Amino acid sequence: MSEAASNIEWITASALIVDETGLHARPAVKLTKLAKTFEASVEIRGEAQERWVNAKSPNAVMKLKAAYNTPLQIRASGPDAAAAAEALADLVERNFDG
Amino acid sequence: MVETLNERILTGVPVSGGSALGVCYRPVEKRFTREKGSPAQEADALRNAVSRAGKELEELVAGLDQLAAEILEFQQVLLEDDDLLEPVFSRIENGESADAAWAVVLAGEIAEYRAADDEYMAARAADLGDLRERVLRALSGPQRADDGPPDGAIVVAGDLTPSAFLEMDWTRLAGAALGAGSATSHVSILARARGVTMVVGLGDIDAPDGEAVALDGRTGTMIVAPSHETRARFQEQISQEAGLKAEEAEIAGKPAVTRAGRKIRVLVNVDDPSILDGLDPEICDGIGLTRTEFLFSKGPPDEETQLQAYETIVRWAKGRPVTIRTLDAGGDKPVPGVTLDGEQNPFLGVRGLRLSLLDRPLFRVQLRAIARAARLGPVKMMVPMVTAPFELDEARAELDLALAELTGEGLAHARPECGIMIETPAAALTAEDWDADFYSIGSNDLIQYVTACARDNPNLAKLADARNPAVLELIARTVAAGKARGVEVSLCGDMASSPELVPLLLSLGLESFSVAPAQVGPVKLAIGSAEGDVANGD
Repeated sequence: MSEAASNIEWITASALIVDETGLHARPAVKLTKLAKTFEASVEIRGEAQERWVNAKSPNAVMKLKAAYNTPLQIRASGPDAAAAAEALADLVERNFDG
Repeated sequence: MVETLNERILTGVPVSGGSALGVCYRPVEKRFTREKGSPAQEADALRNAVSRAGKELEELVAGLDQLAAEILEFQQVLLEDDDLLEPVFSRIENGESADAAWAVVLAGEIAEYRAADDEYMAARAADLGDLRERVLRALSGPQRADDGPPDGAIVVAGDLTPSAFLEMDWTRLAGAALGAGSATSHVSILARARGVTMVVGLGDIDAPDGEAVALDGRTGTMIVAPSHETRARFQEQISQEAGLKAEEAEIAGKPAVTRAGRKIRVLVNVDDPSILDGLDPEICDGIGLTRTEFLFSKGPPDEETQLQAYETIVRWAKGRPVTIRTLDAGGDKPVPGVTLDGEQNPFLGVRGLRLSLLDRPLFRVQLRAIARAARLGPVKMMVPMVTAPFELDEARAELDLALAELTGEGLAHARPECGIMIETPAAALTAEDWDADFYSIGSNDLIQYVTACARDNPNLAKLADARNPAVLELIARTVAAGKARGVEVSLCGDMASSPELVPLLLSLGLESFSVAPAQVGPVKLAIGSAEGDVANGD
């Protein structure tokens, strides 16, 4: 999978984290639950972070420690990639509401 | 094996009971062993354990409020985290047992969370730790059913919550040794009431599951891996104590009289009417304290529920006086929906009568139930945590209103006597100024407020000393105030339940002891063998 990674076409999005506590347990749970509803591979990383992590893994998202008032980068690849990227960005923008 | 040649002596704070010998049983840190199967079997075992842990969490979450549920939800989603589980399965494939693979991977994650240099992340490490234990327990599967403590074991733990204490069958266990806690914590009070041998404040207890342990509930000593000599000494003590117990059981049925001929009243404390089952009212002169908080554990009870409980107690007493304390919530006893949240210092906050006077409708319901129970026998109403006499006046005014309501509704009732607890230095120093029908010294809180030592802080256990001269002075003043006003003074705190303090309390002039039911015999024995002259000690 990692060898093919460079050939994958990604659809990207970005959203500002407005929760004052950053990307913590409750938002992390919501984000991963939403990501899992898509067939596409979805990955995220914080500002100035090199490594992308699986947005469907709550443990990985938690350890990302994305901070308050920083942009969260989102990328998705697969059949419903565009919808996934948009939905995740929307969730972050809405401050994980609902 | 070398270790067993060297016994290790730990010193803590004695709580109750006598000598005990048994094997160490660690309820929380318990590890399970299971036979390792093939990689395929181990992978199945892990999948089953993860699914079982998930179901357990689901059931747990169903009964919780939103905040608690959200905390557990993080654990639930971790169980469905393929990235987290993948390395565990790959270790299993390489020949590790499911237990070992899961524990190692989680340990790595926990270490990463802890190292995050972020308080919030470090706190989430506790969630991962909780999840690790839950899955390990689920892995032990069918072995769990008979995994309780062996008969005669000594429970060893960092601390025990009151609910964990109450879940254990102490008739089958020899005692409990706790690393934290103080003699006045709630679990200590529970242990004393049930006569369980307990030592607290032992610090780090270096004793593995199954290790032989000796425990002395009177000196606060714990001996890990006791030598032959120590074992023999404890056996001897245990049989002596059994003889003493028989003596205590005999004296419990007789009136308490000192050698100098002073008649002393011995009453019992009740925290739940179920403690009266199998207890003969003949052993006491009444009930000196009914803690009504048990009725409020699930929020405020209605009048009928309270009335039924009070009637049960009054009927049990067969004409002996029954003292019912109005709700003493707050401090370390929060009641959902009643006590105030977010107080910076709840022990100095709205607790006891302060809370009742703030929530008059709640208070009224309790006063009505107490007055209605009073039709069946002598009932005394006692208000806790008072500072200034106007509080008693306000409580009485509320009682008057409750009585007027009952009269208006044609409900049978009687006016209870109305007394106060002496817990604050202010109340003790001004006792004579109060128009109280009786005084009852709540020594646990009095010690806390006089010595400025929190009840549950193990670091202060030695400083929170019942024998502190300032504490004794306030007790003596209260006794004198009661004599001057011609009203009864009793002591219902843990001091009264301590046989070794009986001569001291008698010398201060105290003539009424309200004790844990299990302590009636020992206290009466101490009274009977004390000279009992006032201001002469023993």
